[in-house]
Amino acid sequence: MKTSHMSSVAMETPEEVHMKPTYSGNKALAQEEKLIFELGDMAKTGVDLAEPAPIPSRLAEFERTDPIGLPGLTEPEAVRHYVRLSQTNYSIDTGMYPLGSCTMKHNPRLNEKMARLPGFADIHPLQPQQTVQGALELIDALAEGLKALTGMPAIAMSPRAGAHGELCGIMAIRAALEARGDARKTVLVPESAHGTNPATAAQCGYAVDIIPSSADGRVDVAALKAKLDHDVAAIMLTNPNTCGLFERDIIDVAEAVHAAGALFYCDGANFNALIGKVRPGDLGIDAMHINLHKTFSTPHGGGGPGAGPVVLSSALAPFAPLPYVVHGPDGWRLIENHDEAGDQADDAAPFGRLTAFHGQMGMYVRAYAYMLSHGSDGLRQVAEDAVLSANYVMASLQDVMSAPYAGPCMHEVLFDETFLDGTGISTLDFAKAMIDEGFHPMTMYFPLVVHGAMLIEPTESESKESLDQFIASMRFLVLAAKNGDVKRFKSAPQFAPRARLDETAAARKPVLRWHPN
Amino acid sequence: MTDILYTEQHEWVRIEGETASAGISKYAAEQLGDVVYVELPELGRTVEAAEEVAVVESVKAASEVYAPIGGEVIEVNAALGDAPEIVNQDAEGAGWFFKLKVDNTPATENLMDAEAYRKHIEGLG
Repeated sequence: MKTSHMSSVAMETPEEVHMKPTYSGNKALAQEEKLIFELGDMAKTGVDLAEPAPIPSRLAEFERTDPIGLPGLTEPEAVRHYVRLSQTNYSIDTGMYPLGSCTMKHNPRLNEKMARLPGFADIHPLQPQQTVQGALELIDALAEGLKALTGMPAIAMSPRAGAHGELCGIMAIRAALEARGDARKTVLVPESAHGTNPATAAQCGYAVDIIPSSADGRVDVAALKAKLDHDVAAIMLTNPNTCGLFERDIIDVAEAVHAAGALFYCDGANFNALIGKVRPGDLGIDAMHINLHKTFSTPHGGGGPGAGPVVLSSALAPFAPLPYVVHGPDGWRLIENHDEAGDQADDAAPFGRLTAFHGQMGMYVRAYAYMLSHGSDGLRQVAEDAVLSANYVMASLQDVMSAPYAGPCMHEVLFDETFLDGTGISTLDFAKAMIDEGFHPMTMYFPLVVHGAMLIEPTESESKESLDQFIASMRFLVLAAKNGDVKRFKSAPQFAPRARLDETAAARKPVLRWHPN
Repeated sequence: MTDILYTEQHEWVRIEGETASAGISKYAAEQLGDVVYVELPELGRTVEAAEEVAVVESVKAASEVYAPIGGEVIEVNAALGDAPEIVNQDAEGAGWFFKLKVDNTPATENLMDAEAYRKHIEGLG
């Protein structure tokens, strides 16, 4: 007797069998996995719950009677589903992740151990403050460490990400300008800036004026000074900039900005190059966010929430947003409103409440563990090793690839696609081939100031052996490109769970919803 | 057919009497890669030369498009809504973005002819 699933095998013709690599679609450990909504059914469950007692419904005709379509899976099915999905993912725990301007460094397991301590992991934002004194103290200790590392007198801990930190900084700047009766209209942003910078300025109601880059990849200081007038509220500068170069005129820039009555926001996304070496406060910066998920090794990129505390100069300190932690006779507590803030300092004028609660507690614990386990000498070595790694990559590849700006670079190295001229291969194709080599591609087509940008940030986490393998793989790909092996690039990735996707079709005709059959 | 003129920001304009059609240059379309979306101006809007008037988005980047000359927007290329790939196929023809009603003597002294534009692109390396 034939069962139905057996008959589907029998229907395969010899040709069909020959063409199929495997019947299941699985390739050994690379398992094909359906969406969870295509698995199981409502009748199945992994837990044995008693049927709840009936309650009288007050929904009347609004009560839903048709199924809501939730999947039902047994526990082993649920476990396999998520394990298989995790195995198709690429992460910093899998291999090198040289995504420029993202600082994809190792997430130390010590951080994870500390974050799982019950006193940090099992608390709730609404529980009485006297029961979470240790957590509040940790927030303050981390804040003090960040202030010391940046040489800044104040900090807003609550921003949840870099862009949120930018919003916080520009709102503080706007509050400070309005407090002195000097509302201004424009924010200056270099053309190599992260896209979030002009977006933040626009979100805060400012017109954005773009400062051109000079031939050496840095901000054109003369052009910047020419734009400084009494309508300029602030400049937003990234240092090192997105070309991986130190803005060596930064003190000159800060003095000119302040002389014009404007304030200086620094995008701290690239602080990994400076930590322990340079204090932004000494450069004349008024506000800078610190991406804990970059410089301070907390997981990110799908692995965890971000956190972007903002350090503030004395000019902006009174306008720091609520809530924040203080220490008084009754221990640690959160300042939650303007009256409490006024009791703390006469000039306190918080621009408002930036977040519902104090911020990302788990990230604070991880960042503080990272800070303490490194110490000041260790953090200085982080910056030195990160810059050394990037320069090693630059020095090892610049004879075969094309660096638009002369080195030495800082923590990341920028190449353009000039070296691919005449090969028919683009930066995109090159990045796809890197996937086949087992690397996460570098940041591509950013910054926009060079053609076909390839921005590589190895971080301090990679060993010399790891860097050497990356460099050798890149040299191999350059050789393949110059030898005319176009197919290797145009069909890449060939060995990923999915081969080359049609990105144009995905953008032109996006399928954003899954529909049941 | 009148001559096509270009801006430094890679827009083109073709002036025929009181009507000027405009779009992005073939070079710009090639640099952008596959265009996936074009945001066109509202009909009846009056724009000045160099004013931001449209947005073009490709798989690589989103870019503002500036009006090569001033005038009133009297027509937009609705076909780009469903088929933005026309910009890649025929940037300086069927891939036009919008048409402006212009003066009899629009200001064109800041625009380049095809030869000058070709040299401008070469200068960009």
